[in-house]
Amino acid sequence: MPPRVGVVVFPGSNCEHDAVLAVRRLGGTADLLWHGVTTVAGFDALVLPGGFAHGDYLRPGALARFSPVMEAVASFAEEGGPVLGICNGFQVLCEAGLLPGALQKNRGLRFLCTTVGVRVDSEASILTKAVPSGTRLRIPINHFEGNYTCDPSTLSCLQDENRIVLRYVENPNGSIDDIAGICSSAGNVVGLMPHPERAIDALLGPTDGSVLLRSFLGASSDRGSARPGVSSGCAGSSPAGGPGR
Amino acid sequence: MISARQFPVLVEVGLRPGIADPQGATIERALPALGFDGVRTVRAGKAFRLTVDATDRDDAQARATDIADRLLANPVIETYEVTVFEAESPNAASSS
Repeated sequence: MPPRVGVVVFPGSNCEHDAVLAVRRLGGTADLLWHGVTTVAGFDALVLPGGFAHGDYLRPGALARFSPVMEAVASFAEEGGPVLGICNGFQVLCEAGLLPGALQKNRGLRFLCTTVGVRVDSEASILTKAVPSGTRLRIPINHFEGNYTCDPSTLSCLQDENRIVLRYVENPNGSIDDIAGICSSAGNVVGLMPHPERAIDALLGPTDGSVLLRSFLGASSDRGSARPGVSSGCAGSSPAGGPGR
Repeated sequence: MISARQFPVLVEVGLRPGIADPQGATIERALPALGFDGVRTVRAGKAFRLTVDATDRDDAQARATDIADRLLANPVIETYEVTVFEAESPNAASSS
């Protein structure tokens, strides 16, 4: 059975159709999931896509984390379900306390829309478990607030637990330790700024995104092997105490 | 039963020390160019003016602090300050 992926649509999301198309091209099934629903039953994996959820008002992700669906997303993540936050989705996961840290404005105050080199640095996540460490990929980025930051103890925790899954080869935005993507302590929640779903068709450029998404779909098919656990990890790393905030 | 009064509240949100503030830095650099000398630092932030129903000032302070902590600021990168002002008089409120 191909995995069934739910792609959450917030008001202002704009990459949901790209995500659905990418999943389908790679052999999965995908459905859009409106942010107002309160259950994610029946899905093997979830994607929080890119865009400007709730207009990015206040801060990117700040209002989206109060969307009704987010409680179900948090429970799903806690049970070990694969959750992938891309770009704005990464920002939502950080605001929701499902991943530690925060994304601030790019160094240099420029919106970045380009293709960058990234390196897989950990195989301990659903997005990279089928991709050998050291693999270099070319993936598009498209963001203004992609400059990942966290306190020093959180950073050393992420490093020690091998949770920095992707690093920029050349840091485009000032992100601490060149971080392009991180995962939860159990590896089942991943957030990244680059857009793998936009790199699956040679007509539009690099196809390296499919390498990551195949790993994600593979991990979603065999959820039995997923290690369940509360995700954010790194004590003191979540905004005001994590998911309960 | 204590009736709720309306307290004006100011919530100021700023970036934590050490977090880069490109907006503030840009303004800081622009000031001398415009002839404003003697400004040593500029830090940019946000301000929110709320009107909060509360029984007293402490109650208003507690409610606004909860709002600031959970929504208006992201404690990972931001700090906040809550100032509660004297409640508007019931007469003034009803006449408006």
